[in-house]
Amino acid sequence: MQKIMIKGTRDGLTLRLDDQCGFDELLQELEEKLSMNGIEEDDPMVRVSVQLGKRYVTDEQKEQISKVIRDRQKLVVDRIDSEVITKQEALNWKENTDLTPIVRTIRSGQVVHVKGDMLLIGDVNPGGQVSATGHIFVLGKLRGIAHSGMDGDEGTVIAASYMQPSQLRISDQVSRSPDYDSEGVYMECGYVDEQEGKIRMDTLQQVTKKRPDLVSFERRMLNG
Amino acid sequence: MGEAIVVTSGKGGVGKTTTTANLGTALALQDKKVCLIDTDIGLRNLDVVMGLENRIIYDIVDVVKERCKTKQALITDKRFDCLHVLPAAQTSDKSEVTPEAIQAIVEELKQDYDYVVIDCPAGIEQGYKNAVAGADKAIVVTTPEKSSVRDADRIIGLLEQEDIESPKLVINRIRNHMMKNGDMLDVDEIVSILSIDLLGIIIDDDSVLKAANSGEPVAMKPDSKASLAYRNIARRILGEAVPLQNLDEEKGVFTKVKRFFGIRS
Ligand SMILES: Nc1ncnc2c1ncn2[C@@H]1O[C@H](COP(=O)(O)OP(=O)(O)OP(=O)(O)O)[C@@H](O)[C@H]1O
Ligand SMILES: [Mg+2]
Repeated sequence: MQKIMIKGTRDGLTLRLDDQCGFDELLQELEEKLSMNGIEEDDPMVRVSVQLGKRYVTDEQKEQISKVIRDRQKLVVDRIDSEVITKQEALNWKENTDLTPIVRTIRSGQVVHVKGDMLLIGDVNPGGQVSATGHIFVLGKLRGIAHSGMDGDEGTVIAASYMQPSQLRISDQVSRSPDYDSEGVYMECGYVDEQEGKIRMDTLQQVTKKRPDLVSFERRMLNG
Repeated sequence: MGEAIVVTSGKGGVGKTTTTANLGTALALQDKKVCLIDTDIGLRNLDVVMGLENRIIYDIVDVVKERCKTKQALITDKRFDCLHVLPAAQTSDKSEVTPEAIQAIVEELKQDYDYVVIDCPAGIEQGYKNAVAGADKAIVVTTPEKSSVRDADRIIGLLEQEDIESPKLVINRIRNHMMKNGDMLDVDEIVSILSIDLLGIIIDDDSVLKAANSGEPVAMKPDSKASLAYRNIARRILGEAVPLQNLDEEKGVFTKVKRFFGIRS
């Protein structure tokens, strides 16, 4: 039986790897298979998607696979997908996609952090701070600091019934309130605008259009 | 068995000592047995505001160090036999007392008094911890300034971690024309940020300062608005539903007062 099936698609190549044989064996066969493919000098770059089936690979092994593919000219690794993950990864993943409700006022000097998405029922007062690895939804007045996507997810948003934050932080982006006294706004949401690479605010309705998968479970699984 | 109320603020100089003195006086006016404790060790003020400085022999540190009995350190008020003050020490350091020691004193005093009112020092360190240790309830004093409200918020957050009922708010030094012009936070805004019950509002009034300087709390003066405000606070603590003062002659806008400080059996 063949250990590696290569399929050409509209988006590039899909490699389906056997999930029963030993890893070294697989790697070797991959190398051989790829070297057989005659590629012309002026061919465009081809994106490769690797499907591991039910094989579990460590990050190191993933890197090994990538390297073999990358070593071939004209090939770039788009993604490597496995149908299995470790319990620890599953747990992290669940934590990072869970929605944690919190019912209290976050007062000056208080800091509250959750893994995953946060639903705060209450206010964040000036001098208070909330943070999450996922989105932050505030059913109340956001007057302090909110930091979403703490581990680097720029796709996260910060929404509040009443938005008058001293700072919004999304992943590594920071935006602060103007220096003059400004009124807050109702039902708004902060997100990172991909074009500008900056935090922008818009009405909740607009942002749900930009982030249609706002709370879907698969979102961050697919994003890795 | 009485109850202990700590008067605190975070920020300094917003009127904790003034509130303690006047609340104590106003409760005594209602025939309650009241003991005031000054926990601002090293910066004692309460005795001065009450006009009792010259009567001090022992102070709270003497009690903690067992150099005297608690009763020996208590000073009786000039005006009311039912009102006593346990003064702070002026020459010692905060570190000489512990929260446990203060708590023991408060517990002892609660046996004999209806209300033990504790004047807390500014800040959130040792002095604050000493002051709240024995308290059942708390009053947070703020002025209508952003920084003061910010500190009050911080203190409320800390109080929520203690075994104390949700604190009540006193807004002091209100200047009506400034609030109206939007130059100061208004009462509704402050209550909305701090989201705790409002116990009373007190205008900024020269009579408060004058009274403090003459050692006669303003609550004794029947003709001033600030005096009435303090007496209203005392009545609310006793469980009466007293509406908030109109700060101007128009129809009252502040109707937020509910029933505060339910009476204990
Ligand atoms: N409503 C008021 N109107 C006018 N003056 C006031 C009022 N309340 C307090 N004051 C004045 O403000 C000053 C500070 O008040 P007070 O000593 O009660 O504050 P405090 O919070 O106890 O200060 P500290 O933090 O230093 O202990 C005093 O001079 C007092 O007379
Ligand atoms: Mg004081």
